[in-house]
Amino acid sequence: MNLASRRLHTSGLSKISFTMIREAMGQVEAAMYKKLESSLQPVHLELHNESFMHNVPKGSETHFKVVVVSSQFEGKPLIQRHRAVNDLLAEELKSGVHALSIVAKTPEQWESSTKTVDPSPKCRGGFGK
Amino acid sequence: MSLAAFSQVLRQACRPNQSLAALSWLRYYGTEDSRISKMVQNNKVVVFMKGVPAEPRCGFSNAVVQIMRMHGVEYDAHDVLSDEKLRQGIKDFSNWPTIPQVFINGEFVGGCDILLQMHQSGDLIEELNKAGIKSALLDTAQKGGEGDAGKTESK
Repeated sequence: MNLASRRLHTSGLSKISFTMIREAMGQVEAAMYKKLESSLQPVHLELHNESFMHNVPKGSETHFKVVVVSSQFEGKPLIQRHRAVNDLLAEELKSGVHALSIVAKTPEQWESSTKTVDPSPKCRGGFGK
Repeated sequence: MSLAAFSQVLRQACRPNQSLAALSWLRYYGTEDSRISKMVQNNKVVVFMKGVPAEPRCGFSNAVVQIMRMHGVEYDAHDVLSDEKLRQGIKDFSNWPTIPQVFINGEFVGGCDILLQMHQSGDLIEELNKAGIKSALLDTAQKGGEGDAGKTESK
C-alpha cells in the first residue's frame, strides 16, 4: 500500500507519528481496517500494529490494538461489542494475528472521553511458548 | 465407566440409526468442553491465563492478575501455556479468540480489555458482589483510603 492510500485509511487517527505514516500499512492490517470500516461504519477507527512491542521479526503483523467508535454499539454490552469485532476479524485471528486488544465505544462515550487510548501492557515473553 | 459399557457405546455408535445419542455422548464426555465446564464451575472466579499469577507470561494476563489482586479476589488460575489442549479448548468453549479469559459464577465475563473497563467503571465490584464476593476496594474506600472504587473511566 502506498503512502497516499495509507493516509486516506488513517485519516481518522488522532495520534499518529510521522514514521507510522511513512511506513506502509501491512497487508493484514489493511484487510482488517477495511473489514471494520465497511461493517461497523465507525465515526472513528484506529488500528495500531503493536507487534514491535513483542519478540517477533520486524514488520510482523501479530499484535494489534483497535479503537472503534460506532453507533452500532449503542445499547450493546461490552462483551457483545467485542464479539462483533472478534467475529469480523475471525479469519485473521485464526491465522497470523495472535493478540487483539479492543476499545469499542459509542460516539457519545467517545465524545465524553479524553479520546486517547493507552498502549497495551508490556509483553512478558509468553508469545510463541 | 467399565470397559464393557464403553464398548457397548462404541458398538452403538457404529450402528447408523441408533448412533446419534451415543455419538454425541462420546463427543462430549472426556472432551475438552466437559473438562472446561467443570473447571469454570469449580470456583466463583476462574481465570485462564498465560503463566501463573506469581509469574504471568503476558502483559494482558498480568493486567487481569493485578486487577484481581486489587479487589482481593481469590480465584482458580489455569495456565494455558502448560496445556496445549486447554489453550485451544478454552477458545472453542467460550467462542473467544484470545487469552486471558475470566469467568465469574461459571459465566464468561470477558478478557483483559473488558475486565479493565469493568474495574474502571465500578462494574466489577457489582459483578463480584452478585457472586457473593466483597471487593477489597470497598474496604479501602470505607476506611477513607485511596481506593479505586466507583472511579469513573478516565480514558
